[in-house]
Amino acid sequence: MATVEVCDLRRSYGSVRAVDGLSFAAQPAAVTAVLGRNGAGKTTTVEICAGLRPRDSGSVTVLGKDPWRNPTLRPRIGVMPQAAGSGAAGVYPAARVGEVLALFASFAAHPLDVGALLDRLDLTRLARTPWRRLSGGEQQRLSLALAVVGRPELVFLDEPTAGLDVAARHATWSLIEDLRAAGVTVLLTTHAMDEAERLADHVVVVASGRVVAAGSPAALTREDGGTVRFSAVPGLPVADLTTRLGTAARVREVSPGEYAVEGVPAQHALATVTAWCAERGVLPDRLSTGRRSLEDVFLGLTGDGPPA
Amino acid sequence: MTALDLTPAPGAAPVGRRIARHAAMEMKLLLRNGEQLLLTIVIPTVLLVVLVHAPLADIPRPRAAFLVPGVLALAVMSTAFTGQAIATGFERRYGVLRRLGATPLGRSGLLVGKTCAVLAVEVLQVALLVAVGIAVGWHPRGSVLAAFALVLLGTVAFSALGLLMAGTLRAEATLAAANLVYLLLLVVSGIAFPLTDFSPAVRHALRLLPSAALADGLRAALDHGAHVPGRPWLVLAVWAVTAAAAALRWFRWG
Repeated sequence: MATVEVCDLRRSYGSVRAVDGLSFAAQPAAVTAVLGRNGAGKTTTVEICAGLRPRDSGSVTVLGKDPWRNPTLRPRIGVMPQAAGSGAAGVYPAARVGEVLALFASFAAHPLDVGALLDRLDLTRLARTPWRRLSGGEQQRLSLALAVVGRPELVFLDEPTAGLDVAARHATWSLIEDLRAAGVTVLLTTHAMDEAERLADHVVVVASGRVVAAGSPAALTREDGGTVRFSAVPGLPVADLTTRLGTAARVREVSPGEYAVEGVPAQHALATVTAWCAERGVLPDRLSTGRRSLEDVFLGLTGDGPPA
Repeated sequence: MTALDLTPAPGAAPVGRRIARHAAMEMKLLLRNGEQLLLTIVIPTVLLVVLVHAPLADIPRPRAAFLVPGVLALAVMSTAFTGQAIATGFERRYGVLRRLGATPLGRSGLLVGKTCAVLAVEVLQVALLVAVGIAVGWHPRGSVLAAFALVLLGTVAFSALGLLMAGTLRAEATLAAANLVYLLLLVVSGIAFPLTDFSPAVRHALRLLPSAALADGLRAALDHGAHVPGRPWLVLAVWAVTAAAAALRWFRWG
């Protein structure tokens, strides 16, 4: 049985439909990533699953129970709310790192060792620093520690690496990998493709409150042909190239002067692109073929332009 | 570095431990906060000391017998109402209430813990103010039991009012309004300044304020040593019930 099962979930704020008929499942001892732009409905979904918010309709089952107002679930779940922007990560501003982690630990029957957890997230030297004096990245790390200190069997991490530097990001990833290895079910949200690609067993792509694709990163990126990329002068007539390649082809100028061709066999694409460029007296630079990245899939599903 | 065993081992600590640890944290934060200390400790103490000695207001004699019950009422108001409203308002804004409510502590545990912290701070305030009162010539008389019961009832009424404000207004609005109400009630409740200059009609109306009822009740219990009249009890009880019902109805956690 899935650890989290969401079926036709709906939630509106006034006239805004934040979540609009969303369904997915998160399997036990696996990492499920909900991927989407800001405003796609990720946070609302996670908060409903974590029992922080009621839903308008649909069914949500977490560890076999309805999460809304269910105190029996609380010891079994760890929650890291989204902090970016809102500043509402849920910690007393004047509380010190060590004491707030000890407080959360004291609510649990068999908590993790506070000192070891501080060590693991490189927070030991900040143990006596109040929350409000921490940097954004330090707050994120403490917030993650608070979510896991009670040794829950399921953790909800809402954008766990937002605002982290490279080292802290890797420390967070490594902790999430260890959680999974230890048998913890992880449901996280992200808009970082590399994060989903690296961590997730299962990716749920969300746009406008609905699931637009779901599967393992490998399955999502394997689906068709592959990608041919090249650089050239900006503003080439991509519609013309599409006509040459055939109706299945998708040609995009990903960023000025950077082109991607998808939807046709790589060999055909490569030959056509080279010939087409030669006709125009354009030299295609850094011509490459490869599997589509999760980012290509994401952009194809949610419209052009980089995710916010 | 100690190895972390991340294997799930879910379970809640016993309810007593959860609440005790949370209450201790709340109390530590209250005592660490300079503005809170100003409201809860410094202002009541300074008012008591200054007004006993300074010929500022037309305070009935013996001045200490009038002032000590008044500043005790002020102390209860500062901690249960003003301090709690401001702290809780910002905790709501920062998501603390929602996050703690989602831990094994839970929402009811959170409220019980906050109440315990308020009562613990009040114990410190009362001890300090009684000691200062005795030092400036106050002779405690009357019924300690009645005074204790009035403080408890007043705490319920002011806590409910503070939580009502914190749970419905924006944090900044709560900060401003809670301080304004504190100041207004200090002046017009007969806490430190007698209400004799007001017309009888206004005086009667002001006596319906929770702060006035608590000050009147404590004065009756501790000064005259007399039987506390029914009105302060009734006024405080009505405030307590009404504000608690409103807070239960309108309080928003996030």
